[in-house]
Amino acid sequence: MANFPKLQVPELKGMARTIRTDVLKMVHAACSGHPGGSLSAADIVTALYFNILNVDPERPRWEDRDRFILSKGHCCPVLYACLARRGFFAVAELATLRKYGSKLQGHPDMNKCPGVDMSTGSLGNGIGCAVGMAIAGKVKQKDYKVFVMLGDGECQEGAVWEAAMCAAHHKLTNLVAIIDVNGLQIIDTTDKVMNIEPLADKWRSFGWKVLELDGHDMEQIVATLNYAKASEGPVVILAKTIKGKGVSYMEGVAKWHGAVPSDEELAQALSEIEGVAE
Amino acid sequence: MMEVATRFVFGKELLELAKTNGDFVVCNADTKACGIENFGVIFPDRSYSIGIAEQNLINVAAGLAASGFKVFACTFAVFVTLRCCEQVRNHVCYPKLNVTVVGTHTGLQVGEDGATHAAVEDVAIMRSLPNMTIIQPADAVAARAIAHAAVKFNGPLYVRLHRNPSPVIYDTSYRFELGKATTVRSYGDDVALISSGIMLQKALDAAVALKARGIKARVIDMSTLKPLDVDAVLEAAKATNAVVTIEDHSIIGGLGSAVAQVLGEKYPCMVKCIGIPDVFGESGPSEVLYARYHMDAASIAAAAEKLVRKKIFSC
Repeated sequence: MANFPKLQVPELKGMARTIRTDVLKMVHAACSGHPGGSLSAADIVTALYFNILNVDPERPRWEDRDRFILSKGHCCPVLYACLARRGFFAVAELATLRKYGSKLQGHPDMNKCPGVDMSTGSLGNGIGCAVGMAIAGKVKQKDYKVFVMLGDGECQEGAVWEAAMCAAHHKLTNLVAIIDVNGLQIIDTTDKVMNIEPLADKWRSFGWKVLELDGHDMEQIVATLNYAKASEGPVVILAKTIKGKGVSYMEGVAKWHGAVPSDEELAQALSEIEGVAE
Repeated sequence: MMEVATRFVFGKELLELAKTNGDFVVCNADTKACGIENFGVIFPDRSYSIGIAEQNLINVAAGLAASGFKVFACTFAVFVTLRCCEQVRNHVCYPKLNVTVVGTHTGLQVGEDGATHAAVEDVAIMRSLPNMTIIQPADAVAARAIAHAAVKFNGPLYVRLHRNPSPVIYDTSYRFELGKATTVRSYGDDVALISSGIMLQKALDAAVALKARGIKARVIDMSTLKPLDVDAVLEAAKATNAVVTIEDHSIIGGLGSAVAQVLGEKYPCMVKCIGIPDVFGESGPSEVLYARYHMDAASIAAAAEKLVRKKIFSC
């Protein structure tokens, strides 16, 4: 990791608060976007970019870097915020989310935004792309790891299981998938829309090593991601999270999948997140 | 006349090229498509079996391409352009990744397999995707040349190949140039027959039949379907004022549509599109099916003759 001092748990918690406030401000400024799933993923994506991933903002396409694919591409505000705070582009650019001419497209574009390893947006596909990157890493005898984050609702897509089967078949020891199990999708809870449980058994039966954690416990996140990174994969981490985490009126409420806070709601949300620090 | 299937020539040439060019890899989806499913026997580190999972075939190809490989992803055209159309769109074309999608068993050549396996809309689908280039050989000589071109090409590419042996038309003087049509016969300026792929032989046979009836045709092979050789189309139209397009594909969205769009905008003239009408295919020998849809040489000649008479009458 090029001269980057890894943040430790206390700093990571502070950075995750910054990332959450970035996410909320971005979606508010854009007047559209997906706050709920960005907030459920915030602690994990923060830990990835500020402790786990070996990346270099000066060389976004550096061949030996660790890869991260946000398969649930609609949650890109959290990815963009982490990339900006990590130095891939100016933090001020976060205000351009979803605006005409912005590098911060409504769903991530690997050619427009430095640090984005794969364009995503249509669910179920990022993990297959991660499989391709992991095969490439093995063939080229590189040490990098490939991380991919999916939503739990996303596991309803058949392509996820094509990729899951393929990763085990090709013995991709360098692949780590993280499922953001926030239990909600657009219309309702995941169990009501299309039950995906038992998720751990499914992944295990597809030949993956399964780890489980509390996706908002930074100590657990860092320890588990480090363990997964050092393990012989493919490894999947089922991260139990809360959609909208950190904002009381968003937590566990399906409508915040893709809703925009009003000025008052934003002020309340920011004060709640900042209040945690005090 | 020697007959060879374009798909096997293309696959064999890729195997040859792989011996001196280490930059490309191959992904397969459990079909005996063009012979490169045997790539792994010689190059085990450069061939990845993805199984019967076309969505993942393309996603894995995209991931490999994003990691610096040139990738050939190969299976039957009907699957690779339809089952994983979205993956080709979002993960190959949109990010402009260096993936060559190889679709075999195109058009009515699948014959007995029937409608589910006859890719008659693949060009229409691939043409509509930004950043996609589409090439199709007319015979084995062109297929060999196109294998070389595909290896050199950087970006999203669709290569359209054919199942059955078809006549070898070109000789060793043939040169494939991306985006350039080839004028194969020039009997005169009465009508231009523009074909793509293996329909070239039928177009040539039609031109001979027309000549016997005193109608002088020119025959053009449109090996690059996208970007279309607009100059060649306009030149042929201006010389003849009567253009017949011939393709083993739906008349919706393929060569005929591309040519008609150019001519409609830039040089309106008599146009007749020959291909599969707006119907699904059915089981049967491919030559029977070609005749059924008026795509055989006799039908092409008849349609061209009708067009020429219409042109004379309208002058």
